[in-house]
Amino acid sequence: MSISKEEVEKVASLARLELSPAEVELMAEQMGTVLGYVAKLDEIDATNIKPTTHVLDIDNSFREDVMHPSLTQAEALANGPDQNGEAFVVPKII
Amino acid sequence: MDVTALTIHAAKDALARGEMTSVELTQEVLDRIDTVEPAVNAFITRTSEGALAQAAQADAMRSRGAGGPLCGIPLGIKDVICTKGVRTTAGSKILENFIPPYDATVMDKLHSQGAVCVGKLSMDEFAMGSGNENCAFGTPHNPWNLDYICGGSSGGSAASVAAGECLASLGSDTGGSIRQPASHCGVVGIKPTYGRVSRFGLLAFASSLDQIGPLTRDVTDAALMLNGLGGHDPRDSTSARAAHEDYTEGLIAGMKGLTIGIPAEYFAAGLSPEVEKVIRHGIAVLQDAGAEVKEVSLPHTEYGVAAYYIIAPAEASSNLARYDGVRYTHRDMNADSLIDLYRCSRSQGFGDEVKRRILLGTYALSSGYYDAYYKKASQVRTLIIEDYKNVFKECDVLVSPVTPTPAWKIGEKSSDPLSVYLSDALTIPANLAGVPGMSVPCGFSESGLPIGMQLQAPHFAEKILLQAGLNLEQGLGIQGKQPALS
Repeated sequence: MSISKEEVEKVASLARLELSPAEVELMAEQMGTVLGYVAKLDEIDATNIKPTTHVLDIDNSFREDVMHPSLTQAEALANGPDQNGEAFVVPKII
Repeated sequence: MDVTALTIHAAKDALARGEMTSVELTQEVLDRIDTVEPAVNAFITRTSEGALAQAAQADAMRSRGAGGPLCGIPLGIKDVICTKGVRTTAGSKILENFIPPYDATVMDKLHSQGAVCVGKLSMDEFAMGSGNENCAFGTPHNPWNLDYICGGSSGGSAASVAAGECLASLGSDTGGSIRQPASHCGVVGIKPTYGRVSRFGLLAFASSLDQIGPLTRDVTDAALMLNGLGGHDPRDSTSARAAHEDYTEGLIAGMKGLTIGIPAEYFAAGLSPEVEKVIRHGIAVLQDAGAEVKEVSLPHTEYGVAAYYIIAPAEASSNLARYDGVRYTHRDMNADSLIDLYRCSRSQGFGDEVKRRILLGTYALSSGYYDAYYKKASQVRTLIIEDYKNVFKECDVLVSPVTPTPAWKIGEKSSDPLSVYLSDALTIPANLAGVPGMSVPCGFSESGLPIGMQLQAPHFAEKILLQAGLNLEQGLGIQGKQPALS
């Protein structure tokens, strides 16, 4: 299976990744190889098989709606590369 | 005191008898790290001062009569598990300076029992890899032969235990990342049942597959560690409510009444003859211990890798969206729009393998491809689960190799991602089905590299794994064999 460079660039843009032309070329080749292998799944007819997203038989996991101690604002912001003590700072959006 | 072969249970008894203190034990381990770490490179961050302080607290705890079996025991922690105030990188440049403001639940548990943390261990970036060659902070070396990989992604966790740099460690396993390095480094590793151990504070890779587990020097230690780690956690909504047991209880010699299943698909083409020879010998040992042996089949095994390389990257592409340059450490400060900030920060921070998997996952989930890839893979996952349900009607535990070959040379496979992915063919199915799996040292290759046996059991049947593992260990008599590191 082959993946075009345009497809790699489109997916990279969706994933918010910027790739160099050399990376685009390499990723196109390697993704093509992996997806070619994954096409093995076509050998199986799974039409009426229910998909599994979770392996254990757990439904909703409820708890009492009570407050617990949590992080302080300063702790929550501490790893932000740019913050003003109240919020994370980002470039102007509008 | 020789800390290189010391087990937790032996150390616990020596501490209880007052033959040594935890501070003395910890200092010995720190000295050992000083000696061998330049060759092994198992740690990303060392926490020597903190370790000695924790050891002193553990000694105080013990003198008050408090503290359990892990009290005062020096452990290493895979660098994907949040440790409050101690840098946690996930092996990635994007988290190079990340200091978690909280402890993972497993760390809370270990601290409350008085365990000592000697440092954070090397791993493939975001646990994506099988040789620990995708770490932004260098590749650890196999203590049995420094030219070889120690396995991955929990490579540092396995290498450190084998090299005597801690008594046991924590790893995480999404497609074999505890069992495979354990096999390559000659230590015991357990991936518990999905949900057995809380994932709160484990940096997420693929949430429906990830599980934390211990790597240890013997099976008894694995049981002690599992005792200290498991149990329901309200902070992890996928954590299981199944009763947490004492895994050391009832661990006995003898396999009478237990049937071991030998899955034909795990001994198929591609299995190296020297691995097969070692595993067949291990099976004979279990048979001698009284086990009944039965040939069984899990027909969808060969589709595991294909399903996994849709499901795991799909979940990863979603989980890793949080590394946006805003909240966690690395940011490109020159970006002048928000979109550029995301793009540049992520492109600079992530390594090639992580980018590859984010792209694969995004592709598989993107409009028009979802049914063909993600849905199909999730359906095949159901078939793999049914295989396990069927096979466990016939046997109690599955016995197989962990990997088709012994460890490979560092650098040998780095340009061929698919061949690395395929090396996980025998460990991936357990994650897809959520069943517990374990690697127990079973022998050595002709060139002296360790080879582990994989054991798999039904959900929450870790005790059967441990019993089979203990019988293998006792029957083989290779436990305690050490790599010849200076």
